[in-house]
Amino acid sequence: MRKFTYTELKDTRSGFGDGLTELGRKNKNVVALCADLTGSLKMNQFKKENPNRFFQVGIAEANMMGIAAGLTIGGKIPFTGTFANFSTGRVYDQIRQSIAYSGKNVKICASHAGLTLGEDGATHQILEDIGLMKMLPGMTVINTCDYNQTKLATIKIADYQGPVYLRFGRPKVPNFTKIDEKFDIGKGILLSEGKDVTIVATGHLVWESLLAREKLSNLGISAEIINIHTIKPIDEAIILNSIKKSRCLVTAEEHNYLGGLGESISRVLTKNDPVPQEFVATNDTFGESGSPSKLMDKYGLNSKAIISAVEKVLSRK
Amino acid sequence: MSRIVHLEKLTQQVRRDILRMVHSVNSGHPGGSLGCAEFFVALYNEVLDLNDKFDMNGRNEDLFFLSNGHISPVFYSVLARRGYFPINELDTFRKLNSRLQGHPTTHEKLPGIRIASGSLGQGISVAIGSALSKKLNKDCKLVYVMVGDGELQEGQNWEAIMFAAAKKIDNLILCVDLNGKQIDGSTNDVLPMGNLKIKFEAFGWKVIMIEKGNNLKSIIKKLNQAKKETNKNLPVCLLIKTEMGNGVDFMMNTHEWHGVAPNDEQLKAALSQNPETFGDY
Repeated sequence: MRKFTYTELKDTRSGFGDGLTELGRKNKNVVALCADLTGSLKMNQFKKENPNRFFQVGIAEANMMGIAAGLTIGGKIPFTGTFANFSTGRVYDQIRQSIAYSGKNVKICASHAGLTLGEDGATHQILEDIGLMKMLPGMTVINTCDYNQTKLATIKIADYQGPVYLRFGRPKVPNFTKIDEKFDIGKGILLSEGKDVTIVATGHLVWESLLAREKLSNLGISAEIINIHTIKPIDEAIILNSIKKSRCLVTAEEHNYLGGLGESISRVLTKNDPVPQEFVATNDTFGESGSPSKLMDKYGLNSKAIISAVEKVLSRK
Repeated sequence: MSRIVHLEKLTQQVRRDILRMVHSVNSGHPGGSLGCAEFFVALYNEVLDLNDKFDMNGRNEDLFFLSNGHISPVFYSVLARRGYFPINELDTFRKLNSRLQGHPTTHEKLPGIRIASGSLGQGISVAIGSALSKKLNKDCKLVYVMVGDGELQEGQNWEAIMFAAAKKIDNLILCVDLNGKQIDGSTNDVLPMGNLKIKFEAFGWKVIMIEKGNNLKSIIKKLNQAKKETNKNLPVCLLIKTEMGNGVDFMMNTHEWHGVAPNDEQLKAALSQNPETFGDY
């Protein structure tokens, strides 16, 4: 069984910040906007190197989204940065009309998504953003799993023409993606082959799936692990190919089961090849204050929860 | 024919277009459209420095954004008569498979439109973005944006108004259609906004009043004056007093025609007050 290793724990938001800095050096059309969270979004280096291409808009996210839409007129590629909650729910209509419906080339970059934001509590822990964004026609939705993947995604989306929602988070997590790996929008990554069950994970739950895989292996269960960074458009082929042999599937995400990755996968299964599916996701609830690991444990978003879901789905086969 | 007579005749034809468009689909917003006919005719025929061919990026030309998208009839009529698309296409307004959607959109790729609008309050932010883009591109042309006065009740405007002054967006001219009316009644009854001149000045803008917003000469003069106030480290705001429903006697001095189309008889009466000049679509 392939071993997954990492040399350090790093936050995905730093992957965004470093990717943006690299973009700033090689693409003069890239501009960045931030709503008073430059440090949290790790945008300081870009700001330092490109003061004329960085726009501090203050605590005014609606205005930020509109300005970003306007900047595309004239050929700029705007990257907006704030927390996921303020990047989506707070400005849904601005994104809907001025960006998505208007077809503007804006990259909405959202940190502190999900429960792992931690102690700030439910006002800041959005668990609905993937659903909100994937509902918008023409919007690409990406949720990255570690520092390197976030950096690769940040750089890649600058070359893609159209609105993108890039979701990442606050905590330091194992950085296991190789930095020379190719990042293809809309393509899932087969991390590990297995025959008994398919585990499809996104974001911080990808590493938890790899942990679950080892424990399942000890129980004699062979799990196939698929890393889905692009939730829309979803890679149907990689899912359908995997369930041909496994005949059951578990999805894992740091998001409400309503509107998330799991529902996107359910549709793929229902339309093509229905097999039992279990969901590792929050159960239509808001979050609360607490440390990230305690929250993920309480709300059932870790390797332990994935193993339980696998056992359940296997019993339904 | 003198230039001003030509523009007056064009305005009259635009009024006919507006009335016939909304009548034909029994929907749309004639009141604000009629009130802004002179402004649009002046802007697109005397003020904006435009390239011959429409391009989304609009480099090295003046740009205009309409934030209060519901007055699309006047926008469409003036764009068509300025040559952006065939005049006969006005006949498709609000109909299925049309590029002339109820509210303007880039989605159907209608030349002249650079942003979707309709959900109110978003246009100033977009205009600021495009003004910043022009600055980065060292493009010295200007950006214009129109908002309705009732629209200023939306909070996003004030985020944008604060930003534009603070960041010295001085290649931007905001045009406020000050007709004092909105769907439910007069703005003073619905939600009074106080003295907008004082408010804009307090936010750090250069403010120019246009008392006669339905007088072409006056509008052209003031728009040219506004141009001279650009590039002075301040954004410029024009407060344009207009009469909703202007040019049709029974549609004036009331908010009732904000979003109501005339019936056959009313259309006939309205058109008789505005005889054909440049040919109906």
